[in-house]
Parts: sequence; structure tokens; C-alpha cells
Amino acid sequence: MTDHDHDHSRTLQPDHAEPTSEGARVGLALRELLIEAGHYTPEEEQAVIAAMQDASPADGGRIVARAWTDPEYKARLLANGATAIRELGYELEPYEFTVMENDDVTHNVIVCTLCSCYPRSLLGMSPAWYKSASYRARIVREPRSVLAEFGVELTADVNVRVHDSTAELRYMVLPQKPDGTEDWSEERLAELVTRDSLIGTQRVLKLARKPGES
Amino acid sequence: MTESTFVVGQRVRIADRTPPVHHRVPSYAKGHVGIVERVCGLHGVPEKFIRGDGKPRQRIYRVRIPQTELWQDYDGTDGDKLEIEIFEHWLEKAE
Repeated sequence: MTDHDHDHSRTLQPDHAEPTSEGARVGLALRELLIEAGHYTPEEEQAVIAAMQDASPADGGRIVARAWTDPEYKARLLANGATAIRELGYELEPYEFTVMENDDVTHNVIVCTLCSCYPRSLLGMSPAWYKSASYRARIVREPRSVLAEFGVELTADVNVRVHDSTAELRYMVLPQKPDGTEDWSEERLAELVTRDSLIGTQRVLKLARKPGES
Repeated sequence: MTESTFVVGQRVRIADRTPPVHHRVPSYAKGHVGIVERVCGLHGVPEKFIRGDGKPRQRIYRVRIPQTELWQDYDGTDGDKLEIEIFEHWLEKAE
């Protein structure tokens, strides 16, 4: 398809190909109609896309590291995630933000069984497996088996809490602070935190090797 | 903000119904009993967005259900739980 009688540049990012699937064409048409009807501007749409692309698990790492090093901040984060992340300059409107803390006897894991709800504007895009029918169906039904496949072997003295993100809440796991990091700075601690540990498919954070160490 | 109908720790049952519109209650949770884990805010009702703006908004509760209650042959501990967000109009008091 090369002949165009209208301009897609307002709704397509420059590095994206023209849509080929039926669903993608309908989506593009709908976006153009919404823009033509004045519901939002192309600039506003680009700003939302840019914000999502700028977000990454590193932002979650900064929130976790603050909670690890500041008990009062952690208390505020667990009580009301939405207002606590605002203190650090993050925003997840219009969703409620709920942080679930792992401890010695509790392991938390997040799923959206109905679709693939994920705090994208905070943590970036979700991994492909998070959206798969297999993960979504199995993590609520046999969480221990699925976690074992991710390398998380839970003993019987650790209880699993599966959080199904079905409506207007978005979730993040607060992993446990690894041993041997007592004198670490907040910045260094933040780098330990992985995307999977924020979803709950990783339990133990590995200490990063120092540069030069093999 | 209006008062919440249910309180933390209260036993509630999730309605077992299937309205012919988009709704945010997965089949596996319908009909099951849990306790209110926390009371959340007011949000637009998914079933009403098909025609309109989802208003009046309804309160969301997080409901905690033992995994052994959800699945008869569950392989895990009695302490394993599922927690799920449910709108108030999908909940009723359970004994």
C-alpha cells in the first residue's frame, strides 16, 4: 500500500510501519477521528507515548531503594502508593497504586487475568510473557509451579499471595533487601532491582558484580 | 466521599452472574467467598461505559480468598491467598 490520500504522520510515529492488520487499521482510523473531532491533539498523544517509552523498571528500583533506606517512606508507600510515589516525582493517575511487600513468610506476585493491566507509565512496557494466556491462566491456578519455572522455589513456610489486577488498581512488589548491602547507597541499591522482582517472578535479588570482577 | 458498605475483615461473596456487557470480574472468582482486605476508592463502573461515563461511580474493595477455597485440588498451603479487586455492586455479605 503506497497511495495515500490522507496524512498519517499525525498519528503514526515516524519509525512505525503502516498498519497491515484489520485491527491496527481500525485503531488508526479511530485515533484520527478522535483527533479530527478535537478530543485530543496529536501533540498530546505523542506526549503520552513518549512518557510510556521513558518509563522503565529503573523507576521502580528508585522507589524500592527509597523504601529500603527510609522506614517512614516505606510506611507511606505501603499505605498509599499513589501519593508516596508523587513525593519522588512519579504519577500513575487515574489509577490507585498498591505496593505489596515481600517478607520471610510472604511472596507476592502480580497478574491481570482479564487482559494485561500493568503500571506501564511507571515501569515501562510489560514483558511478553506477562500478557500470555498461559501466565495469566496458570499463575492464579498453580502459582507455585509457575514460580518454580521462573526459578522461584518456595518452601511450605512461605505463603503465596497472587494479586489479580482486574480493575482500577495497579501493583508493584516490594522485594526484600538483599543481605550484605547494609552500607550501600540508595543509588547503588536501586540498581539491584529487576523488572521481574517488581512483578514477583523473581524473589532473591543478586548483588551486582563490581566492575572488573569476574 | 460516601461511606463504604463493607469493612476490612468482613466476609463477602462475589456474585455469580454474567451480564451481557464488558465487566471486570473473572469467571474463576464468581460465587466465591473471601474477606475484605482493604477498602479502595470510587471508580467508574465498567458495565456502564458501553453507554455513558460509568457513573455513578462505585467503590472498589480488595477481596482476599484462600486458594484452597478457589480450587478444590489446590497444590500449596492453607496460607496461600488470591487477592482481587471487586466493585461493590458485585459483593454481598456472607456468613
